[in-house]
Amino acid sequence: MQTATQIPHDVNYLDYKGKYKGIFGWIFSTDHKRIALLYMYSMMVMFVVGVALGLAMKLELIAPGQTIMGPQTYNSVFTVHGVIMIFMIVIPGLPAVFGNFMLPIMIGAKDVAFPKVNLLSWYFYVAGALLVIASVLFGNGTPDTGWTFYAPYSFKSGTNLLPAIFGAFILGFSSILTGLNFIVTIHRMRAPGMTWFKMPLFPWSLYGTAWIQLLATPVVGITLVLVALERIFGIGVFDPALGGDPVLYQHLFWIYSHPAVYVMILPAMGAISEIIPTFSQKHIFGYRAIIASTLAIAFVGYFVWGHHMFTSGMSGTAQYTFSVLTFLVAIPSAIKVFNWISTMHKGSINPEIPFLWAVSFIFVFMIGGFSGLVLGALATNVYVHDTAFVVAHFHFIVFGGVGFSFFGAIHYWFPKMFGRMYDKVWAKVGWAFFTVGFLTLYSPMFYLGMIGMPRRYYDYLPEFHAANILSSLGSWVMTFGLLIVVINLFRSAKNGAIAEINPWHGKTLEWTVASPPPVENFEEIPVYGEKDGPYEY
Amino acid sequence: MEKEKHHIVPYKTYFYILISLLVLTFMSIGITKINLGGYSVLGALIFSTIKSVLVLYWFMHLKFDQPFLRFMVGFVTLVFLAVIFITFLDYYYR
Repeated sequence: MQTATQIPHDVNYLDYKGKYKGIFGWIFSTDHKRIALLYMYSMMVMFVVGVALGLAMKLELIAPGQTIMGPQTYNSVFTVHGVIMIFMIVIPGLPAVFGNFMLPIMIGAKDVAFPKVNLLSWYFYVAGALLVIASVLFGNGTPDTGWTFYAPYSFKSGTNLLPAIFGAFILGFSSILTGLNFIVTIHRMRAPGMTWFKMPLFPWSLYGTAWIQLLATPVVGITLVLVALERIFGIGVFDPALGGDPVLYQHLFWIYSHPAVYVMILPAMGAISEIIPTFSQKHIFGYRAIIASTLAIAFVGYFVWGHHMFTSGMSGTAQYTFSVLTFLVAIPSAIKVFNWISTMHKGSINPEIPFLWAVSFIFVFMIGGFSGLVLGALATNVYVHDTAFVVAHFHFIVFGGVGFSFFGAIHYWFPKMFGRMYDKVWAKVGWAFFTVGFLTLYSPMFYLGMIGMPRRYYDYLPEFHAANILSSLGSWVMTFGLLIVVINLFRSAKNGAIAEINPWHGKTLEWTVASPPPVENFEEIPVYGEKDGPYEY
Repeated sequence: MEKEKHHIVPYKTYFYILISLLVLTFMSIGITKINLGGYSVLGALIFSTIKSVLVLYWFMHLKFDQPFLRFMVGFVTLVFLAVIFITFLDYYYR
């Protein structure tokens, strides 16, 4: 067996030939960088399926009545679209790809604390994804409950729910293991002299995220097991006919799934906090305030889940409490936006493509945030609950937040990850189509929700027609932009121009190592001195 | 490694904790036999919390760990208790 010290330093992680050859050199590799790419390619496969299902839904909604599918198929399509996009794309998204790749390098470590556990988490991811796919292909019909698996649908539905539920359960393990790995890595493996307040903001965001992954995910795991037991044995926890309480399911589900929104968004904010100062050619404004707001979002995010349940029959006391707590989350989020804008203020802005994605992120995230206030306020929530307004808000936050940040991050770190540069003109064309398409797709849904169009129906009244046509057209424009972005990146990974070590003049440790990085990242572990800071090494 | 302290807990202590855990388990069951209304849940949670503390402190050696780790566990416990408290704002006032 080759020991760590025998690995030559001048071999990069892409070219390294270890004990196993070909694809086995990847699927048995415990190198954090290879695992990050394994996650990225797996997610890409699932993302294609998720996008195709989303396009099918928008095509169905281009006209009232049945267009390309009936109600049962539509129910299944939005369920599988949700399960794939939430559990397989946006929750693992940035932590699994950029967290795995960049965290050890950014804190001056050779790998994560538990490399084998890291690989195991990817195996769990693949196993969970395969189970969900099995629920579509085999059994008594595709799950149709929505991605939330609400009781009593989830134990009354005759469709093939058990594999989907177990798939989500296993995906949860993947998330827990990643979170555990990151917490231990950050606590134990920072470079000598890199104190907590000398750590860059992206690792900080991963730290806040990891705690949520570790503490909140087991709740949904147990909840999904209870649903399975309810389905198989009728244990009566959630079934009102047996003395159970379906609202308890919603509590347990959202105790995880609301913090999960912060699992998605905190690393996204972390990536943006790296991109904005680099391209503003300034230090980040309010470094400690951003850290405090990251931890505050992670903390307060645990206590706001009830705003998903304002019309589910909760007590008035709980409703008022959750409404107040929800408004509290807006404060740290606003602090971040203020700091990003202040960083740009009087900066020497270099409008490269990662920066364009980052400012688009701020724009769509603010629309999502402000519409969140409408949903956080008890009175207005009741009016638009379960309408297309919620779908618009959700996609502005989750897809707008994670999607724009993910594409910003991949364009930012691509030269480091692959050692090559993409075509910048095509990258900008793709960004422009994607952004225009995104806004055209989701903005009309705010209007549709306000005038009363319910979500999760394959059909609608004629007065909703015009805005739905616009929304469906937007889905095509956005997908066209997406294709340009993905094809450009794929082509460039092989054939792009050789990238410099630090093309953006970044100030963090990853820009000090070769592109692509060597197998063990650093020949010598960096040592931080008294005068070094998070962005001054 | 030489600087690490080794704590050897006497078997007697483990035995007392085991007995305490068993007694608390029976008390958790016993409280459901008394009609305390919604407070049965509170009682059961208090017994469970004491049991968790015993296990964490002695069986999982938290008693001998760094104060920082004890703080982290305490903080997580507080978050958990807050989640339970908020959930019961629904159940007690519904």
